[in-house]
Amino acid sequence: MSKKDLSLLVLILVVGTVVALINPRFLYVGNLSNTANQIGLFGIFSIAEAFIIIIGGIELSVGSVIALLGVLFIDLIVNHDVNWIVALAMIVAAGLVIGLIHGTLVTRMRIQAFVVTLCGLLIYRGAARYYTEDATAGFGFGASFPMLEWLAAGRTNVLGFPLPHSVVALAVVAVIAWVVLHRSVFGRYLLAVGKNEEAARYSGIRTNRVIISAYVICGGLTAFSAILIAMYTRSISPAVHGSFYELYAIAAAVLGGCSLRGGEGSIIGVVLGTVLLQVLQNLVNLLGIPSSLNFAVMGTVILVGVLGDQYLVQRRHRASAAKGREQANVAAAPLERVKVE
Amino acid sequence: MPEPFLELVDISKSYPGVVALDHVGLQVSPGEVVALIGENGAGKSTLMRVLGGVVEPSGGFIRVDGAARSSLTVADAIKAGIAFVHQELNLFDNLDVAGNVFIGREPVHGGPLRLIDRKRMYADVAPLLERLGCDFAADAPLTELSLAQRQLVEIMKALSLDARLVIMDEPTSSLTLAETDRLMRTVAGLKAHGVSIIFITHRLNEVMQCADRAVVLRDGRVVGALTRAELSPAAMIRLMIGRDLKSLYVPPAAPAGDSVLEIVDAVTDTYPGRAVSLSVRRGEILGLAGLVGSGRTELARAVFGIDPLRGGAIRLDGEPIRIASPRAAIEHGIYLVPEDRKGAGLLLDVSIAENISLPDLASYMRFWLVDTDRENENAVRQRERLKIRAPDVKTAAGSLSGGNQQKVVLAKWLSMRPKVLIVDEPTRGVDVGAKQEIYGMLRRLTDAGVAILMISSDMEEVIGVSDRLAVMHEGAISGFLDRSQFSEHNVLQLAVGHTITAEGP
Repeated sequence: MSKKDLSLLVLILVVGTVVALINPRFLYVGNLSNTANQIGLFGIFSIAEAFIIIIGGIELSVGSVIALLGVLFIDLIVNHDVNWIVALAMIVAAGLVIGLIHGTLVTRMRIQAFVVTLCGLLIYRGAARYYTEDATAGFGFGASFPMLEWLAAGRTNVLGFPLPHSVVALAVVAVIAWVVLHRSVFGRYLLAVGKNEEAARYSGIRTNRVIISAYVICGGLTAFSAILIAMYTRSISPAVHGSFYELYAIAAAVLGGCSLRGGEGSIIGVVLGTVLLQVLQNLVNLLGIPSSLNFAVMGTVILVGVLGDQYLVQRRHRASAAKGREQANVAAAPLERVKVE
Repeated sequence: MPEPFLELVDISKSYPGVVALDHVGLQVSPGEVVALIGENGAGKSTLMRVLGGVVEPSGGFIRVDGAARSSLTVADAIKAGIAFVHQELNLFDNLDVAGNVFIGREPVHGGPLRLIDRKRMYADVAPLLERLGCDFAADAPLTELSLAQRQLVEIMKALSLDARLVIMDEPTSSLTLAETDRLMRTVAGLKAHGVSIIFITHRLNEVMQCADRAVVLRDGRVVGALTRAELSPAAMIRLMIGRDLKSLYVPPAAPAGDSVLEIVDAVTDTYPGRAVSLSVRRGEILGLAGLVGSGRTELARAVFGIDPLRGGAIRLDGEPIRIASPRAAIEHGIYLVPEDRKGAGLLLDVSIAENISLPDLASYMRFWLVDTDRENENAVRQRERLKIRAPDVKTAAGSLSGGNQQKVVLAKWLSMRPKVLIVDEPTRGVDVGAKQEIYGMLRRLTDAGVAILMISSDMEEVIGVSDRLAVMHEGAISGFLDRSQFSEHNVLQLAVGHTITAEGP
């Protein structure tokens, strides 16, 4: 765990303690379990977003994809009687294809990621609303998929705590993502491309392929989270479902130490970033802050966090620069006195 | 001849370990065209930066209109009427001609609204357009202008600032012949109006054409000044050279073998009409000399698969190969140490070990994961082999000195058994000690059978390190030299596009 991750964890514990002291309901099993469920759902697509941010891109269509694929998933199993396992495979495949299209447009057509995914945001949202004729898609009376519902939205009692399965899913995704990003060859390529695409190319890395792969991974993970979210909400109003989710994802990634310039990021950080955002959400509810202030609270905390981080980085830089100057002086001394400021 | 209005006296500038300027003197009189010539790195740019107020000299003084001072600020330089026409033009291509001429000092009206007075701006540009004989309008968008026309915009900017001295840094390096001719006429016109010009160029015939006199720099010193009557290409070349550079040379252990890399009629995007053919043999260092911009880097990029080859073929050990990407080049054992070390050679805030393993991660792979132990072991080995001075291999590459950074770039490729190594300006920004170590490493590689193509603009390096030389001029090979023919004179002759005359070394 890096220093950055650790300080984020401390921040979460501090915020959690304060909330718990003011309103003990924060620690109620029910509340914790619900918050955990939210973390599970939001964490998966935040990790998806992190892959894109790490290669120096951005993905703005996450929320719209969640709406479109959620609608399609429910439509497939409810109205078209498709076996849910087949439907799940189809939806994940659709997510992969969306990622492939985005990645191809960014690399081969050289369109800026912001533009590509902004268009995606508009197109998929429109498609979802058109497909359902703006009606809410959901499970009709009597429609029941016990196995799927248990798997996706159920909870298992672990030592008296009802552990949401979305958290289990997040844990699995996070562990795999961590290994891929921080231990695998491909992860090295992702970071190298994000850091300096030119140098990566000069080192023989097929940078376009790496970038496209990142978008494909993002699309697949987003599709997976779309299914979990659809099963959790059980009904989807295509006009609002998942809106702003891309911003939650970007916020979690940035809080977790991803640089929007690319090349930096930690999976643990992204998960912790998601945790912090959900705890803040919970805080707004529990402390009786008007829920209309929800986003304002989140924005303020992120801004303060980033400012604080900036301050620490600069202080460290100044310290190491001073040390470097000292060393340079010592080294140069026998040759000639170098004037230092 | 009227009195000089600008005098540089005993100007010196040293950086740690390097003396860039050594007691340089220069005078400019009104209406005079002074050519400033010298090899790459002779100190021309530094001297001009002193004039522009960008670099503070460490010794000497500058006298403007009789008033002496130890250095100029940028504002001083502008006030003194000194203007630059840079090699890379400082223009905004989202503005039109008039907008560029008046950038930062637009005439305003409308009181507190400070709206741009477009009418006045265009009216003020009109006489300048006429004076320079421009064939474009004041409201032409910059994107529609050719490079030569953009240069005129820069000159107009200088004139609208009432410049008395216009410094042109290699203004013709990217111009066609006709455009060069027109620029020469512009220079003559400015001179007729009493504007002085310092003309930096590598093209000696342009000096012959337009200069009143020439000042020659070498290793940061003025080594000669030629009056109009004394000007001749031979005289200039004689002054630009004059060192014993062959003493550096370490001969190879065995004579060069067969051709390893053959480049046949290669055409790059930069010089679509020119084809380059050369071959590098096993165990030799082939130096590729030429002026900056002669197309050497572009050739290297095309051979390494960064840019597409527009024509011709590449053969490796006699077999034709297709290189569509750096990956393909690397798979064939052709490696490139790029010119832009920080932008293309390294990931600066990544550790030495991870930089070294980057092109070859697949071989450090165990079940798709990176075996960091082996990665570090190899990095430690390379650090010892190349004497990379760093606390440990986990140090970020960006925190190292230039020489040690370059050694990390070399280490990347040395871990992978190179067949052909292309090094582009291998010792730019590298201190003397590390330079020797890098040269030693290149020699050890050729002795182990590697073929090396070394692009370099450093005359000392080109002559002191290469076994054979190819010289490029404007996108084509202007000649090959064997060691017996090596001399600064011959290299320079070929680099400026002349053929070699029968002059002894």
